[in-house]
Amino acid sequence: MLLSLEGVTKRFGATLALDGLSLAVERGEFVALLGGSGSGKSTLLRLIAGFEAPDAGRVLLDGVDQDRVPPQARPCAMVFQNYALFPHLSVFDNVAYGLRREGLPGLDIAARVQQALALVGLEALAARRPHQLSGGQRQRVALVRALVKRPPLVLLDEPLGALDAALREATGQELRALQRATGAAFIMVTHDQAEALALADRVAVLEAGRLVQCAPPRDLYERPATRFVASFLGGANVLEGVMGADGLLHCAAAGCALRLATPLPAGTKAAVALRPERIALAAEGELPAENAATGVLRGVVYQGAGWLCTVALAGGQSLRVQVPADRAVPPEGVPVLLHWPATANIPLAD
Amino acid sequence: MLRAIPFGWLLAFVAVPCLLLLAIAFSSSAEGVPPFAWGTLSLDAWATLTEDSFYLSAFLRSLRVAFITAALCLALAFPMALALARAPARWQPALVLAVLLPFWTGFLLRMAAWVGLLRDQGWLNGVLLGLGLIQEPLPMLYSTPAMLLGMVHAYLPFAVLPLYATLLRLDRGLEEAAADLGASAFTVFRTITLPLAAPGAAAAFLLVFIPAAGEYVVPEMLGPPEAQLVGRALWGAFFQDRDWPLACLLAVLLLAVLVLPIRLFQRLENRP
Repeated sequence: MLLSLEGVTKRFGATLALDGLSLAVERGEFVALLGGSGSGKSTLLRLIAGFEAPDAGRVLLDGVDQDRVPPQARPCAMVFQNYALFPHLSVFDNVAYGLRREGLPGLDIAARVQQALALVGLEALAARRPHQLSGGQRQRVALVRALVKRPPLVLLDEPLGALDAALREATGQELRALQRATGAAFIMVTHDQAEALALADRVAVLEAGRLVQCAPPRDLYERPATRFVASFLGGANVLEGVMGADGLLHCAAAGCALRLATPLPAGTKAAVALRPERIALAAEGELPAENAATGVLRGVVYQGAGWLCTVALAGGQSLRVQVPADRAVPPEGVPVLLHWPATANIPLAD
Repeated sequence: MLRAIPFGWLLAFVAVPCLLLLAIAFSSSAEGVPPFAWGTLSLDAWATLTEDSFYLSAFLRSLRVAFITAALCLALAFPMALALARAPARWQPALVLAVLLPFWTGFLLRMAAWVGLLRDQGWLNGVLLGLGLIQEPLPMLYSTPAMLLGMVHAYLPFAVLPLYATLLRLDRGLEEAAADLGASAFTVFRTITLPLAAPGAAAAFLLVFIPAAGEYVVPEMLGPPEAQLVGRALWGAFFQDRDWPLACLLAVLLLAVLVLPIRLFQRLENRP
């Protein structure tokens, strides 16, 4: 195990930034730390790098407790959110900085820097200063500066956050390719769920300093453990109800009955996540007895790939429904029928 | 029209006085008030200056004293500014105020206080004599060290403030990045903090060097009587010899010599 976090807790004054968090990362793994602002994801990264010390718990790298190990002695390299490129040094000297600290001979350093810059297509810009580069180029210099030391663990704080939308996807794919090529483990902090799902082997979802769920992207999306994960990723609807004698989950607020893949005992309270894109919307037709509801269309937002509709149900709850762009959407204020397959009902643990 | 006002201001209060100085410097001196003849052209002052080595050596001595003062201030100010910039944010206003506290007392009073401290019957000699460490009073006043002490005391805040401003703006993330890449605390300071603070250090140096080069009061009150500086020479030409052209020429030359480092500094500043 390359990195083990054991019950790590960090307080800043009265705020609890990390609350007994445990996480293990294997060699060569790409883990995304996903969470909103204030979830503790950046603090966690700074703790691994050694810029902060945990109040409780342990950080182990290669099985070695990193307590009292200063940042410069830790086998990891960080890519900072604002890149933190040294403004008074050229691109070459920025990338060479870490190698010079290792006391390598100058010729070896030059060869390795050139090779590293070639990896991201920046060899022609070696003499430039950081302020003479575009945002995307700076991001690649920051990345290469961390990678050139061949660390087993690379920490990335919102590495794509400062790039414009057009560049993010391509740069993300480059990042993934570099991670594969170098074999280093990447831990990437992000608040962008699409980025986390697209790039990571595993996604760790943080909420208020706690690790809520850590799973491969598809598992996380299809089987969210908690209502927080369900609504944070993909904005799922959460329906609550009580199991009836008929084997269906009766949701009073939604005014519907759901069939679960594995029925629970009668009388059990349960919550179910329902993805907006799994719900079919129709203006008229026959209402099935289960996994269906009626409501009034309250709002329609065009999102390019489709329409996001808000439907007020008879029981008082509202559901988010995603309708593909090629379907017609009824006008607002019209009564509509909703139904979805039983497989769309995802039982939540919490 | 509105845009012309600031230029008019500069013209009236900077350019015109400079031109007046230049005009007087190349006039012939005369009996009367003022002691020079308007509209004449004369190189008498220039001749005096080039023939009498007193003025050149006063010039060089002044530049040397200013250089040493600025260097001492820089060396003392850097740790102070670093401590200020790294202090908890809520303490910083109070600490900056403490740096500026000497300005609340009159400049002459502070220099007079040094005289009281350093003279033969002064406080410092009294303590040393009382402790039996010395038998005779140490001649401390009217010496080059006493003068430098007064100069550093007078100009230290001018060095602390620009350095503090530079170090405060310095992105601590850069130092973290250097540490993350394997640099020890000292290497971080040497390769990141120090080079990035260089513009602030240059500003601090010049803000001390420029006024120190023309300083008159401190060398007069604390310095050795024999080694005269340009400020003293200028004063002498103006008030004792009533040689206004010579005094003006000295002032113009001092200005010209000091414009050079200012231009240098501006080029340094504009370099990204």
